[in-house]
Amino acid sequence: MGKRVAVTAVGMTRQRSARPDVSGQELIGEAVRMALDDAGMTRKDIDAIVIGNMDHFEGINYVDTWSVDGSGALMKPIMKLTTGGTTGTTIAMAAYYHVASGLFDRVLAIGWEKNSESDTTGAIITAFDPFWDRPIFAGAVAGLAMEATAYMKETGATEEDAAYVAVRERTHALNNPYAHLHLNMTIADVMNSPYLSWPVKMGDMCPRTDGACALIFASEDVADGFPRKPAWIHGVADRHLWAYTSDPYLDFKTGEAWFPAMQKSSQDVYRRVGITDPLEQFDVAELYLPYSFAGLRYMESLGFCEKGGAPALTRAGTFDMGGKCPVNPSGGVMSSNAIGATGLIRVAECAWQIQGRAGDRQVPDVELALATGFGGCFWSDVLVLGKEKPEKARG
Amino acid sequence: MSEEKKDLITLESGEMAQPFAWSAGTYGSKFLTELRDNKKFVGVKCPQCGKVYVPPRRVCGPCFVELTELVPVSDEGEIVTWTVVSFGFVDPATGKQKPVPYCYAAIMLDGADTVLLHFVDETDPEKIQIGARVKAVFEEERTGSLLDIKHFEMV
Ligand SMILES: [Zn+2]
Repeated sequence: MGKRVAVTAVGMTRQRSARPDVSGQELIGEAVRMALDDAGMTRKDIDAIVIGNMDHFEGINYVDTWSVDGSGALMKPIMKLTTGGTTGTTIAMAAYYHVASGLFDRVLAIGWEKNSESDTTGAIITAFDPFWDRPIFAGAVAGLAMEATAYMKETGATEEDAAYVAVRERTHALNNPYAHLHLNMTIADVMNSPYLSWPVKMGDMCPRTDGACALIFASEDVADGFPRKPAWIHGVADRHLWAYTSDPYLDFKTGEAWFPAMQKSSQDVYRRVGITDPLEQFDVAELYLPYSFAGLRYMESLGFCEKGGAPALTRAGTFDMGGKCPVNPSGGVMSSNAIGATGLIRVAECAWQIQGRAGDRQVPDVELALATGFGGCFWSDVLVLGKEKPEKARG
Repeated sequence: MSEEKKDLITLESGEMAQPFAWSAGTYGSKFLTELRDNKKFVGVKCPQCGKVYVPPRRVCGPCFVELTELVPVSDEGEIVTWTVVSFGFVDPATGKQKPVPYCYAAIMLDGADTVLLHFVDETDPEKIQIGARVKAVFEEERTGSLLDIKHFEMV
């Protein structure tokens, strides 16, 4: 039987387009020191560290050892993870498993990226198969645009429906001092922005960001000894279905499942945690929405509504601050995307919401929060966090 | 480079070569040599579920069985989804700017059950649609690469 695990401390840098004033180690160090201060602890109190980024994006391929001055990992157990867009949520899940196993009581999870140090699109292309993907693939923007084209054809959703998501995320970001983009955008601004890859426009897309995030995961034996209230992990899951970037587009053809990896991983967690109606039961969601159309299709895959139902709910303000289930009070990925940190920031934001520490973006009385990670060939991580200690540890 | 003196120092990698070599494997090589030598497409069929993979791979993921039966597939098919890329970016395979705009599509060839990524020679979003029929156009000089297919044309 595993131990119950909570997020007990949070550290995060302000997300910025470029941080030439710090090296990668120093950037990591900013988030780690903030997390340790938040925990009222020093480096000595940490049992193990999980760290990750997309190492080949910075061209530094051993960040676990290279960053020990920043991470505090000197002579401690450390593990590095690199799983594309999901890197941050994978780090969170691995830290959870480290603690839930009973082997460690206090684990530091660190995600970071300095996208300013490379060409992000070029780097993303080299994450995929040299024979079948790279010759044609134009990176994340075009890959996602293909999803958007299929989604609109299948459901009749419009570019304007997606613009509602874009405006929501950017409006929410205005309340978040950590967010990279603080843009006051209207639907017309999004609609009139230039096409990057039809039907995706500049206003629909996430930025490339420098930033780091650090969380401390603690076991049920020690979680109550921290200055902050624990934000408990109720369940985690991940699924990975496809091998090549071309494969996921099959789902659009067959229609067998909407976004199968996300559907399966969320259903798996929901079953274990007892979620039967996500829209009713979650108080807030921090979702990895890398572009506006994701804010439609993923809501359907996560079971917040039927297939094709997201545009109407979105326009009605269901996912706005003050709505039934606010999505991305932080401004989400469309406002900050330091890739290796991005998923971990979703978990951090859920923890802050549960602890009542989200400042101007606080959703009242958060009992249950949903965080997701998204990456590569449409794979997905899902985590559920709650205010109450769960009855037992769950996978 | 600017001669301006900066207080925050950045080190640039500059022009450097880092050569890699990748194996396409037995079936991937067969697919590419068929393109090169015969302008033909070959897939591989799963003995359990009957799904035909193009390009061929060794294992059917859902069935987790080894695939052995190579089968021919058509050089024509349909667009499953598509986009027109208009932002400029450097192709990491060549180090050069990719010429934009270009249409990039997921194409299901007749006889295949998976999709192939390739270019379509049309860049007007008004003229492209899911379900449109396309046919492969081959390069004159072929080297054993997916780019031995110049693009797909609308039929
Ligand atoms: Zn099969």
